[in-house]
Amino acid sequence: MNIPHLTSLVIFLPALGAVLTLALRRASAIRWTALATTLATFLLSIGLFVGYDPSVSTALAPQLADVWAGWLPDGYDIKYFVGIDGLSLLLVMLTTLLGPIVVLSSWTYIGEKHKGYYALLLLLQTGITGVFTSFDLFLFYIFFELTLIPMYFIIGIWGGTERIYAAVKFVIYTLVGSLLMLVGILYLGYAAGDAVNNGVFTTDWYTLLEYNIPLAVQGWLFAVFAFSFAIKVPLFPLHTWLPDAHVQAPTGGSVILAGVLLKMGTYGLLRFCLPLFPNVAQSSAGLFAVIAIIGIIYGALVARVQDDAKSLVAYSSISHLGFVVLGLFAFTTEAMQGAVIQMVNHGLSTGALFLLVGMLYERRHTRLMDDYGGLATSVPVLTTLMVISVLASAGLPGLNGFVGEFLILLGSFKSPVIDSPVLIAFATTGVILAAMYLLHMVYRTFFGELTNEANAQMADLNGREFGLMVPLIVLMFVLGFFPSPFLRQTAPTTEFLLETVEEKRAAVERMEANDAATAEEPTQVPTAPPEGQEVSIDVPSTSP
Amino acid sequence: MTSADLLRLVLLLPLAGAVLNGVAPLFLKHLRTRETLLGTIGTAVVAIPFVLTVYLFVTFGGDPIVADYFTWMAAGDLDLSFAYRVDQLSLLMTLVVTGVGGVIHLYSIGYMHGDDGYWRFFAYLNLFIFAMLNLVLANNLPVLFLGWEGVGLCSYLLIGFWYTDLRNSAAANKAFIVNRVGDVAFLVAMFLVFRELGSLSFDVLLAEGPNLPEATLNWIVFLLFVGATGKSAQIPLFVWLPDAMAGPTPVSALIHAATMVTSGLYLLARLSALVLGAPVVMMIVAIVGAATALMAATIAVAQDDIKRVLAYSTVSQLGYMFMAAGVGAFFVAIFHVVTHAFFKACLFLGAGSVIHGMEEVEHGLEEQGRDPSDFDPQDMRTMGGLAEYMPATRTTYLLATLAISGIPLTAGFFSKDEILFKAFEYGYDGSTYAMAVWVVGILTAVLTAFYMMRSYVLTFEGEPRWPLSDQLAPHESPSTMTGALWTLGLLSLVGGFIGLPAVVQGGDWNWIHHYLGAKYGGPVAEASVQGHVPLALEWGLILLSSVIALGTVYYAWRVYLTQGLGYDAALKRRLRGVYQTWTDKYYWDEFYNEVVVDSLINGVARKGLAAFDTTVVDGAVNGVADTAQNASGLLRRVQTGLVQNYALALTVGAALLIGLMLYGV
Repeated sequence: MNIPHLTSLVIFLPALGAVLTLALRRASAIRWTALATTLATFLLSIGLFVGYDPSVSTALAPQLADVWAGWLPDGYDIKYFVGIDGLSLLLVMLTTLLGPIVVLSSWTYIGEKHKGYYALLLLLQTGITGVFTSFDLFLFYIFFELTLIPMYFIIGIWGGTERIYAAVKFVIYTLVGSLLMLVGILYLGYAAGDAVNNGVFTTDWYTLLEYNIPLAVQGWLFAVFAFSFAIKVPLFPLHTWLPDAHVQAPTGGSVILAGVLLKMGTYGLLRFCLPLFPNVAQSSAGLFAVIAIIGIIYGALVARVQDDAKSLVAYSSISHLGFVVLGLFAFTTEAMQGAVIQMVNHGLSTGALFLLVGMLYERRHTRLMDDYGGLATSVPVLTTLMVISVLASAGLPGLNGFVGEFLILLGSFKSPVIDSPVLIAFATTGVILAAMYLLHMVYRTFFGELTNEANAQMADLNGREFGLMVPLIVLMFVLGFFPSPFLRQTAPTTEFLLETVEEKRAAVERMEANDAATAEEPTQVPTAPPEGQEVSIDVPSTSP
Repeated sequence: MTSADLLRLVLLLPLAGAVLNGVAPLFLKHLRTRETLLGTIGTAVVAIPFVLTVYLFVTFGGDPIVADYFTWMAAGDLDLSFAYRVDQLSLLMTLVVTGVGGVIHLYSIGYMHGDDGYWRFFAYLNLFIFAMLNLVLANNLPVLFLGWEGVGLCSYLLIGFWYTDLRNSAAANKAFIVNRVGDVAFLVAMFLVFRELGSLSFDVLLAEGPNLPEATLNWIVFLLFVGATGKSAQIPLFVWLPDAMAGPTPVSALIHAATMVTSGLYLLARLSALVLGAPVVMMIVAIVGAATALMAATIAVAQDDIKRVLAYSTVSQLGYMFMAAGVGAFFVAIFHVVTHAFFKACLFLGAGSVIHGMEEVEHGLEEQGRDPSDFDPQDMRTMGGLAEYMPATRTTYLLATLAISGIPLTAGFFSKDEILFKAFEYGYDGSTYAMAVWVVGILTAVLTAFYMMRSYVLTFEGEPRWPLSDQLAPHESPSTMTGALWTLGLLSLVGGFIGLPAVVQGGDWNWIHHYLGAKYGGPVAEASVQGHVPLALEWGLILLSSVIALGTVYYAWRVYLTQGLGYDAALKRRLRGVYQTWTDKYYWDEFYNEVVVDSLINGVARKGLAAFDTTVVDGAVNGVADTAQNASGLLRRVQTGLVQNYALALTVGAALLIGLMLYGV
């Protein structure tokens, strides 16, 4: 099977569907169109999984690539450049898988303004898929920002009572980060152009990889990129937009948010921060490990005392993504592979948790755990799926969560960059806390006597609801017992990335050492004071 | 079929049973009441693996069989497979797990009759067996850990089986979380092993592990031991086990007596070659084991709930096993694992049969119009005289009681005596702590014989003490249940002959030692002892144990038969505060609840971090937002629309700028 422009098709088919829904009137026609579009996209994305060959190196170009350079005037090497490598493949698959699931979960949940909702949902999917497939930093940025607007409206229009506050908070937070990143991108584009692209502004990922950025510049560029991505992840203490956004968003929005949108942050760190700024990334690895571990413990403890089930799951995301960030900054193959697979795992299990909490909300219109209790008697199927998802999320071996956490911790423990087994042992206690808050949720919501008539009358999952959960539950087991086909897909790119980091780090160190050596020579010549750098600062005060 | 194929069946049948029993009735409600079908499937998927294991056992050639099925995780240096290992140790454990497990399944068919969750129960039991088989058959640490956490999960599901009572669910959560504390240590041990050896396979670990630096080895063994204290209920992580009695009684027998709690011992025996390289940790193991054994035995003396007595007895007996491991006698620990599986499963199932009977009384009271809410079918104070009504239960319970008390020639006599002897021998060889452990072991033996005979007499002998005992009579349990009891009761009687002591034929008839011991080509290493205990002294020790067991059993039998509950009252008077401390279990739960859990959840999490999150972290954000809003409000006021004001502002601004430029601030 060889479909031309497959990657682009997977990116833009949802957007096409969005346009199509705009032409429709009836709610059911809109829903079915959205479902058909997302299903078709998912089927196409299987072509990506099959078509991607891990034995072919992606060191020079991604696979299944699409390049179109003719959209900007000469002098700017900004391309439409998309493709697939080991880092993007699984996240694209996760995005396309969640597409139809989210549409199905919204089927009855969204009761008004169908057209807008599904159009935005589809547009959002295009944006996210674009983020995961862009090999041009500028294009990445466009897709990155493109996701903001649909999410803003989805929270702001179809959300809960505090939806406006949550939506604005989400947008402002993200914008603050991403505008800073834009400055970084522009600077990087020019600097890289001067250094390695014959003076032509460039944001091509592979070209950028050739550019060994001087340490001083790396520092602030890393800072703005990492800051922007840290907000997205979110890392402590930049996380407070997340519980609000999650609690207020409609179920579909929460699933997308937790499932894939947050991964844009960790993916960004992995794709850009680590390989482009390797020296600073490694020297700040300890700091990021500490922040990540604070997030793991902090998120878990705060989750334990939530009364709102959705809020609990939201804080659990902060805890789980702490593991991912820890894995990224360990700079070992085990941990990085674990981080990549953990991004997918978190999407599956937290997605499932949000879906199930949403199904409860749809039945009783409350998210407070105290309003429930004893549901295991009235809704045994929902309970069973919840317990499985909870166990996956808590990292029980045999389910998906364990694989990611285990690899991350195993790799971080031996990491020479973090170099602190005690710290990693401390991070491991997160699995106790995960059991504490997740089992507590099950305990409060599903066990005990059925005392409330509304809970006793509650209907168990219908065919649609059960059907949309099946793929997630099945994948939890598949990734729990057979993760190796997936790990195989990501392995070569992970290794390439780590090698690149190592080579570039060494190259920059050599470069800096040479500079220092050459900088020492002029000091022997008295007529060459290093004032040249200060001139630009002095300009304003000397002008009158 | 090759051994690998057989092994696959042994592993997969219980899993298939779990899926069948668990999934089909979830959706097809009419299957939920098909008890015969569900129970037969559930029991068969354990009984068939038992038969297959017997075949493997009989045909086993002596060299380990490693079956490597498929890759689990491969990343970087890690190349991890679902790999299993059949050797003497795993065969013996598999026999116990599927054998005793099968008997317990059989018993459950009758015991769970009429329960709404019959299907779930068998699904969980089957899943438990699957996890336990992974644990004992694994050839690397992560697969063992899969079983390790898997049995923890099943124990969670089974303890909280009757979930409508939140106390059961709370006990289930407690069990899972306390076990997880130990599991963290296990995980860190794996990380350390991987960092040092680049592999987690037992082949590598056992071959290269002993050559590691002693400090590293100490850490690895210590962390694994901490993991073991969780699963095998030792100080400080034993607190979940007594609460776990909230589950149905067969669960107590399966999980909390025969199999799951012995995982920690299995782990130490499996890695015995490593443990021997960490003598400091061995001392810790022995001391923790001794302390746990004594503490739990004293608690058991002062409990009135029949299952609670057995629960603390289990904790205490596990302490014995750790004593053995701590003096380097791992095969003896496994010997006690096996005999304990027989007699403790028999005791628990016997208790279940008794509870069944007492529930009949409870229903009778209800029918007579009495309020049964203050009647507890597990309280020995309202039992008595059951021998007349439940003769099979009584006889088998007595056999098991004699065995655990160490009456000569019973199963418990041989294994416990061997533990005491090994501790003595190690101490005789110059180890002070081992001698102290031996003394504690003797003391515990006295207590064990006492509290077990107490539970037997209070339950079965004397006159009935339940209300309306002249009208209401319990009945003996059905044959599936008594059949199970007889099987285990007889094994409690003769099971010890697999490990005859060294005084018999110079130890040549100690089958289990020859089978498991590394010096005979088995997988279990042992500490080498220089100075041998003289034969006469060894006979003396055996005599001592026999006298202690017989004497204490006779004493307890006499005082409880003549004085009944009055003797408890007398003890309470004589021991005062000490007895109360025993009844209140040394306040461990209070300590954990108030000091650890409450301060963590309410103090740190609720009052600390959650408040911090809303006021400080989010407060700062909202503060910035408010400031921005206020600032823009101020700015808006500046936009008055009056040209004069703009002109004024322009002038002031220009003047400021010029000033700045001129004086170059």
